Amino acid sequence: MRPFVSSSLRRAASTVADADAAGECLVRITGLQKIYRSKDGSDIHALADINLDIQPAELISVVGPSGCGKTTLLKILAGILDRSAGEVFMQGHRLRGPSRAIGVVFQAPVLLPWRTVLGNVMVPVEIQRRDRAEFEARARQLIAAVGLSGFESKYPQELSGGMQQRVGICRALVHDPSFLLMDEPFGALDAMTREALNEELLRIWSTSRKTILLVTHSIAEAVYLADRVVVMTPRPGRIVDVIFVDLPRPRTLAMQNTSEFGRFVARIRRHFGAAGTLDA
Amino acid sequence: MNADPKSLHGLVGRVALSVGTFVVFILGWELAVRALAIPKIVLPPPSAVAVAFWEGVREGELHWHFAVTLYEILAGFVVGAIGGLLLGFVIGLSPLLERIFYPYVVAFQTVPKVAIAPIIVVWFGYGVASKVVITATIAFFPLLANTIMGLRAAPQDQVEMMVSYTATRWQVFRMVRLLQALPYIFVGLDVAIVLSVIGAIVGEFVGAKAGLGYLILQKNFNFDMAGTFGILIVLSAIGVGLHALVGLAQRRIVFWMDMAGERVMGA
Repeated sequence: MRPFVSSSLRRAASTVADADAAGECLVRITGLQKIYRSKDGSDIHALADINLDIQPAELISVVGPSGCGKTTLLKILAGILDRSAGEVFMQGHRLRGPSRAIGVVFQAPVLLPWRTVLGNVMVPVEIQRRDRAEFEARARQLIAAVGLSGFESKYPQELSGGMQQRVGICRALVHDPSFLLMDEPFGALDAMTREALNEELLRIWSTSRKTILLVTHSIAEAVYLADRVVVMTPRPGRIVDVIFVDLPRPRTLAMQNTSEFGRFVARIRRHFGAAGTLDA
Repeated sequence: MNADPKSLHGLVGRVALSVGTFVVFILGWELAVRALAIPKIVLPPPSAVAVAFWEGVREGELHWHFAVTLYEILAGFVVGAIGGLLLGFVIGLSPLLERIFYPYVVAFQTVPKVAIAPIIVVWFGYGVASKVVITATIAFFPLLANTIMGLRAAPQDQVEMMVSYTATRWQVFRMVRLLQALPYIFVGLDVAIVLSVIGAIVGEFVGAKAGLGYLILQKNFNFDMAGTFGILIVLSAIGVGLHALVGLAQRRIVFWMDMAGERVMGA
């Protein structure tokens, strides 16, 4: 691991507004860029100069229309996509590739069909060669916590979409990561299931105090869940606004009908007037 | 699987249908041969085939040749399949080795194996060895091609999931790619086992001292058409039996492929 202060960081840190927060922030993203080179030689600027500090135990949602680079950002943080420029620091260390301190929930559940529910949840434990007995107990607790007790030895194909995504959440949490990345985790589910899983997510977050970055294209969902909403627009993908959502917690679905909630939604929606409206 | 009356009823219906079709076919054949007075050396009636088959079994003539051919099929299949699997893994996991080897493999595959069978008999003799080699060369390619395809079948999102949890290349291979390749490998095994029967018979046709293919030539030479048909029944029984064995192993090992659809309701 590299020492925290490097020359490139010092250069980058000057571009971050709140330099004092450097010591306590969990994740610091500075000058992050991603350029896709297409076959005809033209470049697509997926991310242009992304700067963001994420505090411990914060729930951040990233919202924007398709093509704004929000999934690209998440994949770079997850270490499964190379960046073109810029740095990501996690707990003071430069992030190079995937990290054991990160858990990822994908758009699709991405479960392995030959593994049982328990076997799927144990995938990160096996990859990272952690103590089997200890983490199996933890896996069973997580499975019970998302209401899947009794399904431990079922196969993913035997579960509904919502149940599969719950298994995906357990898998992302089993190795006790400090940072949870979620890429439109409930986007493919029906509205009822989605609301139920959002409730569950808030419950998990409030009990575990994990730091969560959640990518979504639903403005209401972003406001409802997050401490801060990061608003992105496409071509090039960049952050146009960061909004502190100071609605009280615990939040209830009824809050979505208040005028305060509506003002947050309106402020975010304003950014998309020029770029076209968000889907869903 | 369970005592579902509907599926049991369906099973009985299917069995009755295929047995009925078989009986009608055999009866039609018998009647046609008798009614049209077709000579026995052109097309023997099923009754004559049954008699010839039974005599072969009773005299013990079939046993020995059956054992020889089954051995050639199985040995050739195992050698060819293992070879195809190993080279498939090497090529499937290394783009460099693929560029080096694959053109030769394709060139080899385009040569009809029947055409090189005489060369192999010259090299390996009239005994069992040459048949095993011919069968192996035929069983080799389905395994090779399917293994290569299977190793590329792992969905990108599963690989990314593994990598995001810090999986190494070896872990991605062991925990995802290998298992995603299994359904393809079983398709290869199924094709290879059926081709292996052909391989052994072709080898025996070119030159042999024993085996069902050798026996067919002998009986044909004596215009014993009923005896030839009896051997054909044995050959197709071998093919059907081995195909069923591969299918059984497939359902056991690649169990998750049959499971889609057995969903539990609820969120």
